[in-house]
Amino acid sequence: MYDAGKIIPGLLIFLGLVTFPIWYGLAKGQDARPPTIEKPKNADRCIEDTDFMRKEHMQVIMDWRDEVVREMKRVYVASDGRRFNKSLTSGCLGCHADKSASCDRCHDYLSVRPYCWECHVVPEGDQ
Amino acid sequence: MTRKLVGVNRRGFFKIAGVTALGLAGRPALPLLAQEPIWAEPLTAKRWAMLVDIKACMHKGGCRDCVAACHRVHNVPDFGNPKDDVKWIWKEHYGEALPDQKYEYMPGELEQRDVLVFCNHCDNPPCTRVCPTQATWKREDGVVMMDWHRCIGCRYCIAACPYGSRSFNWRDPRPHIGEITPEFPTRTRGVVEKCNFCEERLAKGLPPACVEACRDRGLLFGDLEDPNSEVRRILRVRHAIRRKPALGTQPQVYYLV
Repeated sequence: MYDAGKIIPGLLIFLGLVTFPIWYGLAKGQDARPPTIEKPKNADRCIEDTDFMRKEHMQVIMDWRDEVVREMKRVYVASDGRRFNKSLTSGCLGCHADKSASCDRCHDYLSVRPYCWECHVVPEGDQ
Repeated sequence: MTRKLVGVNRRGFFKIAGVTALGLAGRPALPLLAQEPIWAEPLTAKRWAMLVDIKACMHKGGCRDCVAACHRVHNVPDFGNPKDDVKWIWKEHYGEALPDQKYEYMPGELEQRDVLVFCNHCDNPPCTRVCPTQATWKREDGVVMMDWHRCIGCRYCIAACPYGSRSFNWRDPRPHIGEITPEFPTRTRGVVEKCNFCEERLAKGLPPACVEACRDRGLLFGDLEDPNSEVRRILRVRHAIRRKPALGTQPQVYYLV
């Protein structure tokens, strides 16, 4: 290999830079494992199964938003026939009462910043 | 012999068949029965409209019960500055609210007093036509709706509305709301807002907050397409005027004179 003396150290420096966030996090003692979400105490299951909710809750909320505001459809019928009020603050947060443990913890970890709460009001006793 | 072949006699078979049939018929109803009711039946209409009894309303000149009730349930901010005012329902001088109806020798009390004004929920709303994002539109029951999620704050609708019924949030409204009602969202900076005929209350089977707050029956809300409704009954016997009718917007707020 020509110029191995330049290429190999160069590659090493590149790898070091690319993986810097990982080293930095480890050095700072940050836990890189995904956060756990606190489950509500007053319900044994969500509107749909956990896997679906994990992947699709954002789409469900956006669909609810449009259906409630634009189509006057305010009742969600789950796949097992249960009916729910399509509401973020009284629906989702009715069970997932602690917003910081139910929403923020995971959103912060993933650096997602939904702007729901710029207008929607977090119920009492929870900021 | 045949009787014993399937292990049930004729009588037993009919019993089981009957119970099974009943069970099948009752099944679709079960998931519904198992759920608690979500809320009361919504109030619905073919065409919502409001009547404002000018005399009853003017009776107490300084009364602001309806305004206070509306602004409370809808988290309407008070910036304390007329340039930034966000208005859902407010009072306007007679001559400004009903400029076509002003003449020189009219009863002094009318001319001096203020008239209650809010979004007219027009049948032909100019505001919805100009909205580039369909953030505002006329619903089938006549409510001129707003989708604040979709409003980009271009303010075309404010320019189009001949009644000044729409306001813009020039600043973050949250710090300027007295006591926040958590059931209703606040708005954010850069969004237009206006009276929504309390559509969120209608959905819960409640009348508009202003109508409920008025102690003098100065406001009446009902279905214009229902010939037996109270609003129609009153419109049959009392003369009503509307704001700037010549513009062809067909406002659906009627002022009883």
